[in-house]
Amino acid sequence: MNEIMKSEERVIFALRKLYKQYGYQPFKMSRFEEYDLYVRNKDFLIADQVITFPDRSGKLLALKPDVTLSIIKNVQDAPGLVQKLYYNENVYRTDKNSHDFKEIMQAGLECVGDLTMLDTAEVVLLAAKSLAVTGLPFVLDISHMGLLNAIFHSSGMNDNGKQKALACLNQKNAHELNKVCTDYGCSTEASKLLEILATLCGTSDAVIPVLEKCLYTDEQKLLLGELRMVCSLIESEGFAGCVNIDFSAGSHMKYYSGVVFSGYLEGIPAAVLSGGQYDSLLRKMNKTSKAVGFAIYLDLLQRVLSQPENYDVDIVLLYDDSAMPTDVMQIASALRKNASVLLAKEQPKNTTYQTLMKIENGEAVIIHENC
Amino acid sequence: MKTVNIALPKGRLGEKVYELMKTAGYPCPELEAGGRKLIFENAEKCVRYFWVKPSDVAIYVERGAADIGVVGKDILLEYEPEVYELLDLNIGKCRMAVAGKASFRDSAVHTLRVATKFPNIAKTYYAGKCRDIDIIHLNGSIELAPILEMSDVIVDIVETGTTLRENNLEVLETIVPISARLICNISSMKFKAETVNTIRRSLEEQVRQGS
Repeated sequence: MNEIMKSEERVIFALRKLYKQYGYQPFKMSRFEEYDLYVRNKDFLIADQVITFPDRSGKLLALKPDVTLSIIKNVQDAPGLVQKLYYNENVYRTDKNSHDFKEIMQAGLECVGDLTMLDTAEVVLLAAKSLAVTGLPFVLDISHMGLLNAIFHSSGMNDNGKQKALACLNQKNAHELNKVCTDYGCSTEASKLLEILATLCGTSDAVIPVLEKCLYTDEQKLLLGELRMVCSLIESEGFAGCVNIDFSAGSHMKYYSGVVFSGYLEGIPAAVLSGGQYDSLLRKMNKTSKAVGFAIYLDLLQRVLSQPENYDVDIVLLYDDSAMPTDVMQIASALRKNASVLLAKEQPKNTTYQTLMKIENGEAVIIHENC
Repeated sequence: MKTVNIALPKGRLGEKVYELMKTAGYPCPELEAGGRKLIFENAEKCVRYFWVKPSDVAIYVERGAADIGVVGKDILLEYEPEVYELLDLNIGKCRMAVAGKASFRDSAVHTLRVATKFPNIAKTYYAGKCRDIDIIHLNGSIELAPILEMSDVIVDIVETGTTLRENNLEVLETIVPISARLICNISSMKFKAETVNTIRRSLEEQVRQGS
């Protein structure tokens, strides 16, 4: 019988179960949010445009393009206080190419408060587990914006140069990164290191020894330690072959300040998961808490998880006036234990079926089967 | 090994790129034989080629129909696809330039009328100069616009400059040098990294030897 629950719906339930297992609480938000929240934090949004409308009092509201901002705006700073929330919400964003608004189904979680390194590592682990839930081969790329910022800090480049260099890292564009470093007066040490980062990608065993040799300040080495710790924790949970260090991951995202990561599923051409540590956003909101979280874009999963059904129904059951209505209902009920059954007086023209049956002498007999 | 789909731009550039791929060890006799097929495969080498309109290469790669492709930097700047730009192939070299009548003198008093096939590149360039412009989006024969006084200047690709000269136009400013780039779908780089990196390294070696 056709499965009632779509594959992506099964994934949503599996994700909820996973997040609850780790003590995360559900977060449900209104479809609308005050537009002002997005204006104040425009740089954080992936979407350029927001659908807005005035409410009855004239206040400008928006259809939410993002969930994270709504969660963290009410976060309270307190020593030892950590909030762990998960959500499953629709967000509204413009399509990059068509510029039309799209409704995007998104699940995710946020861990906010007085975080330890273990809290951060657990979120990255949950990102890996979220990808594993789909049952498809996956890769989780991990990078560290704090480490990249430390390199830029020592490079002597201005903000413009830094942005251009980040864009090159994001595109694995080593040839232009070289030129940007020259044009913006990047130090030789930083320039060499950035060039290595543009092409360096692989498991922590392969990448960390290379980085250990190239990093040249204590701060950089300390931050590499964070990255090493996160990777080793995830690998110890059985994800060794699925996690890579890759500095193109998330480097286009402003406000990320620590570990950043992107998740990929085989057969889907773009990242289905993206997240990271974004303490800088909380600093901008005058909060002292730390925050880390991720979102998984469920609409992208549809194509690989849901195979189109071959038929509209399993059985079309034909009956005529000679059949007793009670017999018709009983026969149909019996068939419905294992199949979907459409009762019809005549063969329906707009419904495809696997088996066509007819009630004859109080019994269902097969007339035709589609192989 | 997983098959790698390769989008080649139709035309001279694509033919040059195929020669590079062939030298790299990824020939496709089926493609060389011609015919009306749309997709050409060398199953032994795990590659599948197809020709597409040059401006569509980035779309095929971004959407994952092609794992890798070769595209002009002009297309990457104009459409900003989310792809990895792995290598400058150093072929198909030209420049994106502002051109106009030799007698043209820009006056900041007026909004500058710019005819172009590349509105995004033009907007970004003039925004960087804080210059107010009026974009006239054309699809071809851009050089006509300043001649007929429809625009003050054009933003277009200039290869030799012959067409400009023959129409009494000249390059006024160079915006950015252009050449062909090897691009890769972001997800393909995760799941077909070995083959993609082998191809990239081989092409890089040929570029190095060529230069």
